[in-house]
Amino acid sequence: MKKVFFYLSLILVLLYCSGPVLWQIITSLKPDSELTIIPPLLPLRPTAAHYLTIIKQQAFLKIMFNSAAVATSTTMLSIVIGSLAAFGLAKLRVRYKSFILGFILSVSMFPPIATVSPLYIIIRSLGLRDTLTALIITYTTFSLPLSIWILTNFFREIPDEIYLAAKVDGCSPFQIFHRIMLPLALPGIFTAAILVFIFSWNEFLFALTFTSTSAARTIPVAIALFPGMHEIPWGDIAAASIIVTVPLILMVFAFQKRIIEGLTSGAIKG
Amino acid sequence: MTGRDSGNKFVAPALMLLLLVTVYPVFSVIYLSLQRKLLIFDISKFVGLDNYVFLLQDDRFWNAMKNTTYFTAASVSLELLLGLSIAMLLHRSFRLKGPARALVLIPWAIPTVVSAKMWEWMYNTDFGILNYLIGSKVNWLGDPFWAINAAVFMDVWKTTPFVVILLTAGLQVIPRELYQAAKIDGAGSWDIFKSITLPLLKPVILIVLIFRTLDAFRVFDAVYVLTGGGPANTTETLSIYAYKVLFQTLQFGYGSTLSVVVFFCIGCISIFYVQILSRDMKR
Repeated sequence: MKKVFFYLSLILVLLYCSGPVLWQIITSLKPDSELTIIPPLLPLRPTAAHYLTIIKQQAFLKIMFNSAAVATSTTMLSIVIGSLAAFGLAKLRVRYKSFILGFILSVSMFPPIATVSPLYIIIRSLGLRDTLTALIITYTTFSLPLSIWILTNFFREIPDEIYLAAKVDGCSPFQIFHRIMLPLALPGIFTAAILVFIFSWNEFLFALTFTSTSAARTIPVAIALFPGMHEIPWGDIAAASIIVTVPLILMVFAFQKRIIEGLTSGAIKG
Repeated sequence: MTGRDSGNKFVAPALMLLLLVTVYPVFSVIYLSLQRKLLIFDISKFVGLDNYVFLLQDDRFWNAMKNTTYFTAASVSLELLLGLSIAMLLHRSFRLKGPARALVLIPWAIPTVVSAKMWEWMYNTDFGILNYLIGSKVNWLGDPFWAINAAVFMDVWKTTPFVVILLTAGLQVIPRELYQAAKIDGAGSWDIFKSITLPLLKPVILIVLIFRTLDAFRVFDAVYVLTGGGPANTTETLSIYAYKVLFQTLQFGYGSTLSVVVFFCIGCISIFYVQILSRDMKR
């Protein structure tokens, strides 16, 4: 009896978590005429029409490319700059270390709305409006606390003896960093990279304010401002949502251990 | 610490970026908040604290403050309750635990904008699945009472996974011997939960509360895409109001004042929680 109750609640929880996504998939497969009739829940004549409409749009492909470019560049930059800083903070002598760590933690709590107006003015005066560069610089900075935090925890777990041994062999701190420490911290780098990628793929406020055309617009903005001529094209929106969500769902299934590790490393140990 | 090698050079690039892109703008936004600045006409005039005086009499600001506080309190407490229940459920051992955990993570991973659009469609009065399932005709997003709660439900769905992950990690470090000992002493499951699980989970619960309160208080995307702040500003949060003043009416001075207030509130909430946390750790 207890077991039945357990599995029943488990199924309920799983349905609650995945239900809205399932419903969006169903919606994306319904022809327009069936969107306004409920029941039936499942499409009577499933169609790929909404997906074709989306994929055929030149702008959509450009926007997908923008998002991929921004997320990939941000991830790489954030990992390079973040791992340098994390290595310094975990293994070397840095002035005002505890102050710097506290500062980095507090930056992660800054509300984006508090910085968006000056950043907009700076970006406009540098002529960087509607460019991917503006987004990459902003995202890299705002993701740094996360990657530094995760990577510092990883570098700390590498024994100091390894550092000292390499030093005796005549390696400079930088050589030790990129020849010995980086390979050892690879799992941590991977964890941080996944989280930074998801953050920059999903970010909305900065993308909304810094871009104005499909030249630099990213997926979240495009979906939020989805053009509708007379009525809201729910089928097309559903199809577009599913296209941009599938990569993330695949990532979650493939890397859930890493994601969970990354989310908890900052919170539980720190 | 390893020897005397200096790490200043390693930390410098990160610090430079953080100073330029986050710290400088914070000082700059405070300066902007003391101005009357209309970006399109290139008007900017130093007006001292005028914007702040105006703010205190601005009904729309107080309305946004009320909405933000309600949204934060409602969604954070619901997330904690639901997250704790799901974490306890997933803490048991059962087959296919891995895929089940991945399914629970999905709402966290998908873009907020996408989940807002999903829920907007589910909330649709005539063709939404929600009204179909409960057999009602509620105008979820058009009714002033339901709209803010609809936003809360959506946020709870989206962020409970995060709470579940942290609490599950917290549950894992509670020694199993404690449970066994309690069972031998004849304690019921509610007693065990009350006198072992909850007290030992307290530090993690506090950390969850910090993260979630700060996130909920600065909420923008979720509510902006779902309702745009409507109907009749009943879902307009502080961040949405600030955004509209900044980028729709282009008043950079007053908009910055609102941003400073969000920043100030976030700062106060952080300090409040850090105090509790450090008192908790000393004990």
